[in-house]
Amino acid sequence: MQTRIPHFLRSPQGISASLGLLIVVLMTVLGPIIFGDLATERSIPDRQQGVSPEHLFGTDELGRDLFARVVVATRVSVLLTLGATGISVGAGIVLGVIAVLLPRFLQRIVAGLIDILLSFPWLLLALFFSVIWGTTAIGAMLAVGFAGIPVFARLTSTLSASVASSDYVRAAGILGSGALRTTARHIIPNILPPLLVNTAAHASVTLLSFAALSFLGLGVQAPEFDWGRLLNEGSKRIYVDPMAAIGPGIAIVFVGVVFALLGEVFSESSSRSLPPKAVRRRRSTDYVAPVTDATPTLEMTDLRVSFPGRDGKMVERVHGVSLSISPGETVGIVGESGSGKSVTAAAVAGLLGPEALVTSERLMFREIDMSAVPNGTERRRLGLEQAMIFQDPLTSLNPALTIGRQLREASEVHAKMSHHDSLRRAIDKLNLVRIPDAERRVGQLPHEFSGGMRQRAMIAMGLMGTPRLIIADEPTTALDVTVQRQVMQALRDAQNTTGAAILFISHDIALVSGFCDRIIVMRDGLVVEEIAADRLDEARHPYTRGLIACVPDMTTDRTAALPVIAVADEEPIPA
Amino acid sequence: MSELRFEQVTVRFGRGRTLTTAVDSLDLIVRPGTTHGLVGESGSGKSTVARVAVGLTKLDAGRILLDGVDITSRDPAARAARRRVQMVFQDPLSALDPRMSVGASIAEGLLATGRRHTSTQRDARVRELLDLVHIDPARADDRPVAFSGGQRQRITIARALAAEPEVLIADEITSALDVSVQGIVLNLLRELQQRLDLTMLFISHNLAVVRYVSDEVTVMRGGRVIEHGPTDSMLSDPTDPYTRELLRAVPVMGRPLDLEEA
Repeated sequence: MQTRIPHFLRSPQGISASLGLLIVVLMTVLGPIIFGDLATERSIPDRQQGVSPEHLFGTDELGRDLFARVVVATRVSVLLTLGATGISVGAGIVLGVIAVLLPRFLQRIVAGLIDILLSFPWLLLALFFSVIWGTTAIGAMLAVGFAGIPVFARLTSTLSASVASSDYVRAAGILGSGALRTTARHIIPNILPPLLVNTAAHASVTLLSFAALSFLGLGVQAPEFDWGRLLNEGSKRIYVDPMAAIGPGIAIVFVGVVFALLGEVFSESSSRSLPPKAVRRRRSTDYVAPVTDATPTLEMTDLRVSFPGRDGKMVERVHGVSLSISPGETVGIVGESGSGKSVTAAAVAGLLGPEALVTSERLMFREIDMSAVPNGTERRRLGLEQAMIFQDPLTSLNPALTIGRQLREASEVHAKMSHHDSLRRAIDKLNLVRIPDAERRVGQLPHEFSGGMRQRAMIAMGLMGTPRLIIADEPTTALDVTVQRQVMQALRDAQNTTGAAILFISHDIALVSGFCDRIIVMRDGLVVEEIAADRLDEARHPYTRGLIACVPDMTTDRTAALPVIAVADEEPIPA
Repeated sequence: MSELRFEQVTVRFGRGRTLTTAVDSLDLIVRPGTTHGLVGESGSGKSTVARVAVGLTKLDAGRILLDGVDITSRDPAARAARRRVQMVFQDPLSALDPRMSVGASIAEGLLATGRRHTSTQRDARVRELLDLVHIDPARADDRPVAFSGGQRQRITIARALAAEPEVLIADEITSALDVSVQGIVLNLLRELQQRLDLTMLFISHNLAVVRYVSDEVTVMRGGRVIEHGPTDSMLSDPTDPYTRELLRAVPVMGRPLDLEEA
């Protein structure tokens, strides 16, 4: 907290919000003390005057200074707003948290009740309550306050439900922490930040509600006055003296904006500023060198990739990686999280977002310069010749489209194939990756596939073109060993039928060594060692050797401790 | 040293047409002071076994006994006994409250001992536990963000140990970690087990990891026990075809993957 305050106070929003808040507080506290007499002092000769240096907003029908009245009304308006917001938020949180703590069936009843209340317009509720409590300021406050409870109850119960299902709340339960203790120690602190933002926004809505109620004569009653009442009185002569109505209007808008800004500041302090944009070079010519059988599939020299860090400065994550892949070769990149292996793969596929700054001496995929914006021909070739398989097929497949439709897309868009041909091809490819009953499966949605089948469908999708390079980024990490074997089988089949090269990225050095011809070991954005897979036992670099030794296999000595790579576990996880 | 015994444990989810049996009449004995490995693919019911043992999921039939006391019933003795069984979760990112210092999280474990601690006693115990899992005790006031994944996992282990458990259940505790860090956590677990005479149920889909830490291994599939036996004899000479398939699928360093049809 201490480090965050100066940061968000320095932003333009922070400065305006604190200044605004200061003015509102001063007006609330000192307004009635300084202008109290002026606001109530009647002066018949001065009645209904227009704007003048003595009367900034003019005077009313009893000759009272309207500017003074607006300032004095701050206290009533702001306090009623805070009171009503307090009721909404306080009772809403209590109700929302109770809703989560109750047994399942009571929980449903409370949630249903909240939903019913939510469907009533607040004004209707306010009118209903004002009948009960009469048309007084306190009655209006209770009415507006109660009307806001369901909003916060719903918000709180939704937020707490997600916190309540987290592992740390479960762990607390196992350790014997009671429901109340868990709520106070875990749930409330974790739902507070979004609640704070919503409270500020709600306060500005409440302010308006009040003004509206008083304007309608249901809120503050004479001789008390708030901005809504001043607005009501002023509106009667808006064509003669516009300032009589605009004056209180300014005050309402001002305080509303201050509340909204406060909300903005609360939410702003958790998000980051926009990163600088990296620009990809436009290519100078449309010439593409012819591709022969001897052309390397991928040539990459001195690849460097930077991302904007937390303070907006660029941080280099990949520090000069060189890599070349020959046609049909299987190359593996092994590394732990943060080693830059996935970023390197994404750069090869041209998939890094606009926030990444990519530089390289040379980055060619079969004579296509990947460091420039591709032209139409190149884009088509890339669409057909590169295939990418990600770790989580559930996020890389569109859940709303059938598998068949997604498979056909590449052929229909890039190869201009007919619907019938592309469907035939899709079924062929699903058969190739050994998806049983492909004719039926092709019409199914991704959620009807198991994890391993989805991953094989992704491979089939890559095969719809004429792939020359298949990039597989941790394709089996989320899968069981037996399913992993099926996916690796599908990858190998795909390679055998197309002759494509494979760039295989994994943290599992045993898996990579069993599948690839050549292994590149990465650490902290650098290539540590490059070695043939069958000569892994000759690895020179201590990190490679450590990586090999620290993974237990089916022959590891169970009586000895596992060898450990020094300082492997010191870095905090980058957020 | 305590014994954890599952007797005919059955857990079902859903009802009507969506009814699935996650665990089907499971019998399993975790012998005192030993580590029992539980292997299986996702959906095999192995994590449900862990959840049912610590009371996160209710069982539909059967009993779970800790030294003969049924820990699934509702009476106070059973509740107290259940606290003696603690669990370490898979994902160290979500297992620690991001808004609580790690010291406070570990101190939460002291609740399970049922004793009152003064704040000095509590601080001393937290430091002792951090030291036990090889984390600098001076960092007790730091938030979880300041720690790496492996360090966080060691902190959750410390929290579980604060409860002074007889039985520790480790549910896929290394699958979210890098391999180099996995080694550190596995070594720590072995060291702690020997030092504190813990009885341990170690659940993982990684056969090699289970083999490394376990004295006995049980293979689960579809909620049922497929095969069970002492680690060495069972894994060197599996009788069940599924266990053999599982063994065949484990990648071996430097050996080309066996991708041929069986």
